[in-house]
Amino acid sequence: MSKQINVALIGNPNTGKTSVFNALTGLNQKVGNYPGITVEKKEGICKLPRGVKAHIIDLPGTYSLNASSLDENVVIELLLNKNDKDFPDVAVVVSDVENLKRNLLLYTQIKDLEIPTILVINMSDRMEYKGIHLDIPYLEQELQTKIALISTRKNKGIDQLKELITNYKDLSVTPCLNASEIDTAYFEKLRQAFPNQLLYKLWLVITQDVNFGKVDRNQIEAINSFKTKGKSDLKRLQQKETIKRYQFINNTLKKGQTIDLSNAKDLRIKLDRILTHKIWGYLIFFVILLTIFQAIYDWAEVPMDFIDSTFASLSEWVKNVLPEGAFTNLIAEGVIPGLGGIVIFIPQIAFLFLFIAVLEESGYMSRVVFLMDRIMRRFGLSGKSVVPLISGTACAIPAIMATRNIESWKERLITILVTPFTTCSARLPVYLIIISLVIPQGRFLGLSYQALTLMLLYLIGFGAAIFSAWLLNKILKIKSKTFFVVEMPNYKVPLLKNVALTVLEKTKSFVFGAGKIILAISIVLWFLASYGPGEQFNNAEEIVTAEYATDNLSQDELDQKIASHKLEHSFIGIAGHAIEPIIRPLGYDWKIGIAIVSSFAAREVFVGTLATIYSVGSDEEETIKNRMAKEINPVLGTPLFNFASGISLLLFYAFAMQCMSTLAIVKRETNTWKWPILQLTIMSAFAYVVALIAYQFLK
Amino acid sequence: MQVTLADIKRGQQGVITDVSSIHIPLKLLEMGCLPGNMVELVQVAPFADPMYLNINGTHLAIRKETAIHILIDISNE
Repeated sequence: MSKQINVALIGNPNTGKTSVFNALTGLNQKVGNYPGITVEKKEGICKLPRGVKAHIIDLPGTYSLNASSLDENVVIELLLNKNDKDFPDVAVVVSDVENLKRNLLLYTQIKDLEIPTILVINMSDRMEYKGIHLDIPYLEQELQTKIALISTRKNKGIDQLKELITNYKDLSVTPCLNASEIDTAYFEKLRQAFPNQLLYKLWLVITQDVNFGKVDRNQIEAINSFKTKGKSDLKRLQQKETIKRYQFINNTLKKGQTIDLSNAKDLRIKLDRILTHKIWGYLIFFVILLTIFQAIYDWAEVPMDFIDSTFASLSEWVKNVLPEGAFTNLIAEGVIPGLGGIVIFIPQIAFLFLFIAVLEESGYMSRVVFLMDRIMRRFGLSGKSVVPLISGTACAIPAIMATRNIESWKERLITILVTPFTTCSARLPVYLIIISLVIPQGRFLGLSYQALTLMLLYLIGFGAAIFSAWLLNKILKIKSKTFFVVEMPNYKVPLLKNVALTVLEKTKSFVFGAGKIILAISIVLWFLASYGPGEQFNNAEEIVTAEYATDNLSQDELDQKIASHKLEHSFIGIAGHAIEPIIRPLGYDWKIGIAIVSSFAAREVFVGTLATIYSVGSDEEETIKNRMAKEINPVLGTPLFNFASGISLLLFYAFAMQCMSTLAIVKRETNTWKWPILQLTIMSAFAYVVALIAYQFLK
Repeated sequence: MQVTLADIKRGQQGVITDVSSIHIPLKLLEMGCLPGNMVELVQVAPFADPMYLNINGTHLAIRKETAIHILIDISNE
């Protein structure tokens, strides 16, 4: 087998770089993380003519080699490190025909690194529409390269690009301009100090604030001693460099590109008059959010119910088919429901990312940032935090995954940390049953108390998210340059292929990334609920049968009593008893304790667990509710679920981090257990304190 | 007439005369915000912040706090 050609795709954001990547690799791609940081690493394999294969890496979008974010650091770290296994044999710079001038800036920098470089001019289907004409041979000569004029939308030019990649050895490695002219004396000194190094590489190492890996470490230190210029001098030189590059580009394009403005049409400005309008802009955004919310909440319900029942019958089936025993129970009650608990999230994740991909691809997301920046900035959030926070009302898991497009790490981290406060759909069953138990019927200004309480709980969730964001913004000391420059790209009709691949890839990353953790925890929780030490658990059947021997119970009723007895004396039951002293001041007894412990798997488990403990046969809400209403507080002798304990429980569920799947996804997105553990402790502690105050105040 | 970019109204145009390189992110310069280039204020968010600009054909949004460091000449209007 011949050696693979290493290809790096480089380009400004919004040039359709990912479309080129998708066109080259198709489904032969995988997405991971760069080690230690949460920047997405996309790579894939492309089959080239004559049996050659290329390993293609899609580098994060960047406007230049002057890095200002983690994503951009990745680009220059790779391009400056010849020893990296991904170091490109050939760089493919993707540009957009409508923004050629700006896109070429990065191109001229890459050329200075003397890496063989191909220039891709994408979106060529827009040329006629925009009245653009290009003199390709002239441009190839001036830019010292080969140009592939392609259109990923019309699927044109991809074969030519593949051909160019195959023949990368024919490409010139001569830079197209001499950047050292910006300060000849300085660069001459640099050359003398490091005669064996590429001058432009040295310049980048001096001006960039990035970690260049172990190999270059010594060199950097040597260069550091050479740093004769202060920061502001260097910045002035960088500005000079930028101007110089633009001079070259302007001169080249003057001859190589003609734009007939009479043919040009600009839809963008017309659309933006409405879409970024002070009133209409917000109104339209609100409608879009409602649609997204509705989709994740409502449309996902059908597939979710289907998944739920499928896994339930699968459990049943396994129980019937396999011989009785511990192993069968593990499969039927531990593993299958655990897997079901992962698969159940797929519809919501898919729907959310379908919308997000469309918003991103169409160019609308930049407008959202524009509209929301001012409001969100005050709380240390980004304009892009709006979508995660709102979609958190359906489910925090896709919401947290959606924070990936927030560039500033600090803003992204804050968004991840506060999103679980928003009221997700799993809290709803808990809220509904408790509200109907403890909030009186009746109306205030025509609105029922119960509906008002529910709305208040949603508002409390948002309030907690915003407030903690504000607080975190004050506390977190993360160095992140938060200057704000957002490109407002032209509107485009989203490419189906790109949208589909995004949805597929996000779903995969959830299933394989967070899924493992979720499965592991659910098996542990199942074990704790199905096994227990001692006489009471192991002989539950005899004990319960003997106790109710004279009561003439039906077999079903007896089974329910046994299940309840077993749960009480299982490990989780023991835990519920153990935490009773801690939760008694909140107005709960050990039964609620068990429900709280087991609902760590997912909040809605609370209701089901109470059903088992109270040995109510069905999951019917009415039945459980009636049984709950009869429950008496063992200490006070009053109903257990009264106004005070009910409100306390509602507040506890509003704030507590009762969802292992969210913790798993936070671990995945932040690459450390530190943040999920902090989230768990702080949110639970806060929930406890608030519930305590509420109960003590109201009782 | 020389004013800062933060002072102009929606729809107004001007030519960039000076950018304070210390206060302006390099990224903005790289996107074309350089002396000599045309700039137009396309749209503003409530409280005139952020500002949606068209600089030499590149459409982008910046905050007011950045715009005050960009000087423009609006006398040719």
